[in-house]
Amino acid sequence: MARIIGGLGTTHVPAIGKAIAEHKENDPYWKPFFGGFDYVHEWLGREKPDVAVVFYNDHGLNFFLDKLPTFAVGAANEYRNEDEGWGLPVSKTAAGIPKLSWHLIERLVEDEFDITMCQDMLVDHAVTIPMALMWPGKAAWPVRIVPISINTVQHPLPSLARCLKLGRSIGRAIESYDEDLKVLVVGTGGLSHQLDGPRAGFINKEFDQLCMDELVRDPEALTRFTIPQFVELAGAQGVEFLNWMAMRGALTGKVTEAHRNYHIPISNTAAATVLLGNESRPRQQAGTAKVSRIPEDASAG
Amino acid sequence: MKHHNIPGTTMFGGDQAQQGLALNRMCFSFNSAENRAAFLKDEEAYCARFGLTAEQREAVRERNVLKMLAAGGNVYYLAKLAGIFGLGVQDIGAQQTGMSVDEFKAKLVAAGR
Repeated sequence: MARIIGGLGTTHVPAIGKAIAEHKENDPYWKPFFGGFDYVHEWLGREKPDVAVVFYNDHGLNFFLDKLPTFAVGAANEYRNEDEGWGLPVSKTAAGIPKLSWHLIERLVEDEFDITMCQDMLVDHAVTIPMALMWPGKAAWPVRIVPISINTVQHPLPSLARCLKLGRSIGRAIESYDEDLKVLVVGTGGLSHQLDGPRAGFINKEFDQLCMDELVRDPEALTRFTIPQFVELAGAQGVEFLNWMAMRGALTGKVTEAHRNYHIPISNTAAATVLLGNESRPRQQAGTAKVSRIPEDASAG
Repeated sequence: MKHHNIPGTTMFGGDQAQQGLALNRMCFSFNSAENRAAFLKDEEAYCARFGLTAEQREAVRERNVLKMLAAGGNVYYLAKLAGIFGLGVQDIGAQQTGMSVDEFKAKLVAAGR
């Protein structure tokens, strides 16, 4: 059976991709951010995940605003990156695992998530930069991925509660997948930042700290914020934290914070990297396995 | 999208999406190097091809980000247009807040203290 070994939240600012391309990781401006990955590399080297399920938001590469799914799940053999228009070098391709993708899709729809299924899906910097941060300098990334796109761009956005539930559904689905795989769940983007309007450059350190703290101990508590409240507190693009909520939801076991790095600023953004451990609960007995497929919170879902 | 009164912030919702469709569609086309070159070669013709409104055309002509936003532009798409001129998010942040780029960068650093 597949097992969820942990979750990673990280910023995905395009400027990070340029810094990697220009080998600036050790420059004084960049070191406080890239240095935050030293422990992550050590952990990944030890844990060796086979698969990464990546929650992210597309910034106008695969989707345009004319047809924009709230949740979209990749089911492709491979995921290419392409020219995104802002001068980033085109990234290497990520390998897919369509059999797992379809399993997740089936379980999500059973759980009443009306997702979009994508057999062709370009992935933008919000997937490729976290991959490059986790596995730098590799000719090919050592995991296969399932990218899951959440709309954080065009309101109305899904609520924090909805994204947490999406993650929970994914978590249950992964753990019911009949293959011995170690799965890492990733949420990308954030933390507080705003690119547009007279409030451009807005950053909220105190709120970011609260989000990172509650993410570990009580993610449900964060659902008290409406999307407009979250925009006010985290900035117009700080709502990318929805990807982190979904990541957290997928961690079904005992969750501990293994590592945290937080640095202001990277580009216009409060940059964060958080690694969460997920200690799996004991396996259900065979006789009760079927029952475990019914979500505990289905009535509220 | 109903008005939420967040200072200096517009939540990009249905009204903006509808108003800005032509402008954002043009910016979406800038994912292609060939299209970026075509824009630079003949901006007037390129904008005409996408049917920009007079307000959008003026905002683009003036390279004025706040006006582009007021005309329904979405910042992720406008960033692709800014990229054509070699401008990044700190440049457009400075323009929108009426600061120099150095002042804008200093404001970001100060947010970490």
